[in-house]
Amino acid sequence: MRTFLILTVDGVTSGFIYAMVALALVMIWRATRVINYAQGAMAMFTTYVALFAIQHRVTYWLAFVIALGAGFVFGAGVERLLVRPIEGRAPLNMVILTLGLLILLEAVAPMLFGGDVKSFPAPFSRIDITAGATQLYVSPFDIFVIAAALLVMLLLLVFFQRTTIGLRMRAAAFRPEIARLLGIRVGRMLTLGWGLAAVLGALAGVLIAPGIFLYPNNMDEALVFGFTGAILGGLDSPVGAVTGAIVVGLVLSYVGGYLGSDLETVGGLVMLIAVLMVRPQGLFAFHRQRQA
Amino acid sequence: MAAMTRSRTGAVGSLLAGLAVLAACGGSGGGGANQASAPGITPTSVTIGSTQPLTGPAAAGYSEIAPASNAYFKYVNAHGGVFGRSIIFDYVDDGYNPTNTAAQTRKLILQDKVYAMFEALGTPTHLSVVNYINSEKVPDLFVASGCNCWNNVSQYPETFGWQPDYTIEGKILGQYIKQNYSGMKVGYFAQGPNDEFGTDGINGLNDVLQNSSVTVVSPPQYYAPTAAGAMAVKSELAAMQAAGVQVIASFSIPLFTADALASAAALNYHPIFVVSNVGSDPPTLTGILTGGALGVTLPAALIGGVVSDAYLPLLSDSSNPWVSLFKLIKAQYAPSLPWDGNVEYGFATAYTFVQALKAAGQNPSRDDIVHAIETTHFNDGPGLVPFAFTSSNHLGYSGVEIVKIGPDGAAVSAGPVQVTDDTAGGAITSPSSQPAAPPSSGIPPD
Amino acid sequence: MRNPLLRHATVCVALAVVLVLLTYVFDAFTDYKIAGVAIFFIAAAGLTVLTGVNGQLSLGHGALMAIGAYTTSLLLKEQPQLPMILPLLAAIVSTGVAGAVIGVAAARLRGPYLAGATLALAVGLPQVAVHYGSVFGGNQGLPVPVPTPPSALGGDFPNERWLAWIAIAAALITLFLLANLVSGATGARLRAVADDEAAASLAGINVARIQVLAFVVSAACAGLAGSLFAYWVGLTAPSGFGLSVSLQLLSAIVIGGLGSLSGAVLGSFLVVMAPFTISDLAGNLNLSSDVANNLPLALYGVVLIVTMLAFPRGIQGALFSLWRLAKRNLRRPQAPTVSTTA
Repeated sequence: MRTFLILTVDGVTSGFIYAMVALALVMIWRATRVINYAQGAMAMFTTYVALFAIQHRVTYWLAFVIALGAGFVFGAGVERLLVRPIEGRAPLNMVILTLGLLILLEAVAPMLFGGDVKSFPAPFSRIDITAGATQLYVSPFDIFVIAAALLVMLLLLVFFQRTTIGLRMRAAAFRPEIARLLGIRVGRMLTLGWGLAAVLGALAGVLIAPGIFLYPNNMDEALVFGFTGAILGGLDSPVGAVTGAIVVGLVLSYVGGYLGSDLETVGGLVMLIAVLMVRPQGLFAFHRQRQA
Repeated sequence: MAAMTRSRTGAVGSLLAGLAVLAACGGSGGGGANQASAPGITPTSVTIGSTQPLTGPAAAGYSEIAPASNAYFKYVNAHGGVFGRSIIFDYVDDGYNPTNTAAQTRKLILQDKVYAMFEALGTPTHLSVVNYINSEKVPDLFVASGCNCWNNVSQYPETFGWQPDYTIEGKILGQYIKQNYSGMKVGYFAQGPNDEFGTDGINGLNDVLQNSSVTVVSPPQYYAPTAAGAMAVKSELAAMQAAGVQVIASFSIPLFTADALASAAALNYHPIFVVSNVGSDPPTLTGILTGGALGVTLPAALIGGVVSDAYLPLLSDSSNPWVSLFKLIKAQYAPSLPWDGNVEYGFATAYTFVQALKAAGQNPSRDDIVHAIETTHFNDGPGLVPFAFTSSNHLGYSGVEIVKIGPDGAAVSAGPVQVTDDTAGGAITSPSSQPAAPPSSGIPPD
Repeated sequence: MRNPLLRHATVCVALAVVLVLLTYVFDAFTDYKIAGVAIFFIAAAGLTVLTGVNGQLSLGHGALMAIGAYTTSLLLKEQPQLPMILPLLAAIVSTGVAGAVIGVAAARLRGPYLAGATLALAVGLPQVAVHYGSVFGGNQGLPVPVPTPPSALGGDFPNERWLAWIAIAAALITLFLLANLVSGATGARLRAVADDEAAASLAGINVARIQVLAFVVSAACAGLAGSLFAYWVGLTAPSGFGLSVSLQLLSAIVIGGLGSLSGAVLGSFLVVMAPFTISDLAGNLNLSSDVANNLPLALYGVVLIVTMLAFPRGIQGALFSLWRLAKRNLRRPQAPTVSTTA
C-alpha cells in the first residue's frame, strides 16, 4: 500500500510534467502540423538560463519568470527564423530541422554553462509532509508542481476559449485561409503559438530539474514520454494529451516500481502499441484526419 | 596558498636545471641515442591514445580525467620528458558509445599510430575494442573501469586494469559493514540488474555478508542510469525503508548516490549509506546537491556520515604530499579543472604511466612496457594500496581504505588499508607495503 | 541499355571493381571507414524504400539494426567459428520477421503516430536487452570476434580491407536488389500508396499489404546492416543502439536527398565521415575543453539545420540544381537541343 501510494504520487507528479511537454507539442502540432522534437532541448536550455540567473544572485521567482520569458522569445524566434522559411515543404524536412536544433542545443548548452551535472533549486521543500506520526507521501514541492500545471492549463483554456486573441489563434491554426480573409494575421498567430508552447516547455523544464538534476540531455526522456502521452491521447486534443501524459506517468511509475526501473521504457512502448492498435489516432481522436 | 605556490614554483625551476643535467648524463651514458623503437615512438616523442566520454551522458565528471592526465604529461614534458621524449596524449571523444569507441580506437591505432592505449574509459565502450587492441598487439594500459574483465591475461595479454575492481571494493566494504553494523539489516542499492558495476559489487558484498552477523535484505534495489530511472529512486528507497533496512550498501554513480541521499531525506528516512568509491566523490556529490534540489539547504549534512572507500590520497588532506603536488601542477597546467576525485584519478594514472614508461627502458618496444608493468610493482606511487601486477595478474590496485565523509563534506580516513583479490572467499589482509612520498621532482625517478 | 536489370547489374559490377581497387589504394583505417559507409548505406537504403518511397516515417530503424546485431552476436556466442554468411542470413531473416510484425502494426498508423510508435520502439527495445541480461549480456553487451580474411589472400592481408570487401559486396547486392524493386512495378505501387492512399486503393492496390511489404524489405536491410555493424564495432551493446543511430539514418537519407538510393549513398558517406573530419578540425583549434568537446556535435546540428533551410531536397537536389544551372549557362547558342526523356 505504502509503495503504491508513493508510486501513485510520483506518477501523477511526473505525469503532470510530461503533460506540459505533451501540451506544448499539441499546440505546435495544431498550429503548424509540426512535431517539435527540440521541445525538450529548448526547455533544458531555458532551465540553464534560469540557473545562470540564480547563480548571479537573482531570486528563484524572478529566475522562474526569466525562464518562462526566455522560453517565449526562444519559441517565437525558432518559428520565425527556422520554421517559417521551410513551411509547406516535405514534413520530413521539418523533422530533420527540429532534430538538428535538438543536437545543436545539447551541444551549445555545455559550451556555455559547463557540462557537469548541476543541481537546480526547488522553491518548496521536497521532503514529504508528515501529519503527526503518519507520513504522507507527498511533499510541498509535489503539490506546487501539480498546482502550477493545473493553473497553467486553466489559463490556457481561458485564453483559447474566452479571449479574442486566443480565438484568432485557433482560427489561424484550423482554417488559415478563412482566418486570413477575416483579417487575422495568421503568421503572427503561429509565432505566438510557438512562443506559448515554449513557455509550457520551459515550465516543465524548471519543474522537473530538481528531481532529475540539470545536464544537457536531461529532457530527452521527458520529450519521449510527453510525445508518447500526446499520441496516446490524440495529437489534436489538448485534453487527450494531458490525460495521455498523466497515464504515461502513472504506468511508468508502476512499471518502474513493481517490475524494475530498467523496464520503464519497455512498459511505455507496450502500452503505446496496445492503445494505438485499438485506436490508431489516440484515445481522444474525434474524427479521422489525413496526415502527411 | 599563494605563498606556497610561489615556493613550489621555485622548486620546480631548480628541478628543471637538475633534470637537464640528468638528461645530459643519460645521453652520454651506456644507453646510446634515442631511436624510433616502436610505432608511436620517435627520438623526441612518444604518442599514446585514449577514448574518453568528452560529450554525452557520461561526460559529466569523467570528461575531466584525460585533461588532468594531460596536465601531468605537460609537466613531465616541460621538465625533460621521459628519456628526453615528450609524451603526446592523443585522447578522443567516443560519447560513451561503443560504436564510436570502435571507430576512434582504429583511428588511434591505424592512422595516428599510437604506441599504446592509455586510460580508455568505460566498460561497454572498451569491451568493444579489447579484442581488436590485443589482436593488434598494442599495449592497453590502465583501462579506466573497475570491471574485473580486464584481468584476463590468457585472452587479453596486452590489457591492464588500474583501479581496484568492484568485487574487491564490495568485499572490503562488506567486511566493514560486518564488523561495525553487526545485527543490523543491510540492503543493496545498485546499478543494474544487468550491469557489471552493480553485480560485481554485490558479488563482493555477498561474499562477506551472506550468512554473517548482519541480515541481508533481498532483493537488491536496482536503478537504471537514466532520467526515468532517477524518477524511480524514491520508490526504491521507500521499499527499503518499508523493509526496515538500516544500512544501504550502494554501488551507484554520483548522480544516483545524490538522488538516493535526497530521496531518503525526502522520505524522512535516515539509514547509514555505504557507497562505492565511484559514487562517493565528495566535491561531485556536494556540487550536485548544493543549490537546493531538496528545497531546503542541507547538502553537507546530507553527505555527512556516508561511508566509502579510497585507494588514492584523500582530496581534502592538504598535508598529503601527493595532493599538494598534483594541485600545484593542476594550478599551473590545467587551472580551469576543479580539484575532485576525477582529476586526482587522471593525475595518478598518468603518474603510473610515466613510471611504466621509464621502467620500459630508453628505447622500448611495445612488449617492453607490458613486461615492465608485469615485473615492476610501482609501489612508490600515489596509491594507498599496492598494485597486484604480475605476469598472471593484470588487476591494478588490490585493495582500498575505508573512509567516512564528515559533516563538513570532506572524507577522512576511517579504517585500515586492506587488500584482497576478487575470488570468492579470498582472504582480506593488510598490505605488505606502505604508501610512499613523492620524489621531490614530482616525476618518477629513473 | 534499355533493360534496367542489366543496367543495374553493370553499374554494380563497375562499382565493385572500382571500390575493391580503392581498398588497395587506401590505408587500413580508410578501409575501415569505407566499410562503415557501406554498412550504413545498407540500412539507409532500406529506410529510403520505407520512408522515401513508401512515405512511412520510422524513427526507430536503429532498433531493427539492433535485432540484426543481436541475432548475429547470439549465434556467434554459441558457435564462434560459424562462417560469416550464416549469421548474416540469420539476421536478415529474423529482422525481416520482426519487420513483418511491426509492419502490420504500423500499417494502421499515420504520420506522427507512426513516428511516435517507432520512437518508443527505438527507446524501449534496447532496454529489453538490458533487462534480460543473461541472454543478451546486459549493459556490457555481447562481444563479436574480429572477422579475419581467408588465408588464401595472404598472411598480411589487413582485416579492415577484408571487412570492407564484405560490406561493399553486401551493399552492392542490396543496391542491385532495391534498385530493381524501386524501378519496377512494385516500386510504382509503393509510390502510389505514398502519394495518395485512397487513389491507390481505388486502383486496386492492397494498401496495407504494400505498406507491410515496405516494412519487411526495409527491416531485412536493417538486419543485414545490423549484423555487419556487429562485426564492424566488435560488440553488440544497448548503448550502441541508442536513439542516435535511428536519427543518423534518418538524417542520412534526408540530407542525401529523400527517396533516391544515390541520395542514400551520399547521405551515408556524409554521416559516417563527417564526425571524423569535424573532430580533427576541432582538435586543431585551441579551445577550452567544454567548447572543443562539443563543437563537433554543434556543427553537426548546424549542418542539419542549414541543409534543410538551404537545400530542402538534400545534397542530391542541390547538385542536380547546380548541374542544370551549369548546363543552361554553358550551353552554346548553336548547340542542338536534345530532349532527354520522352
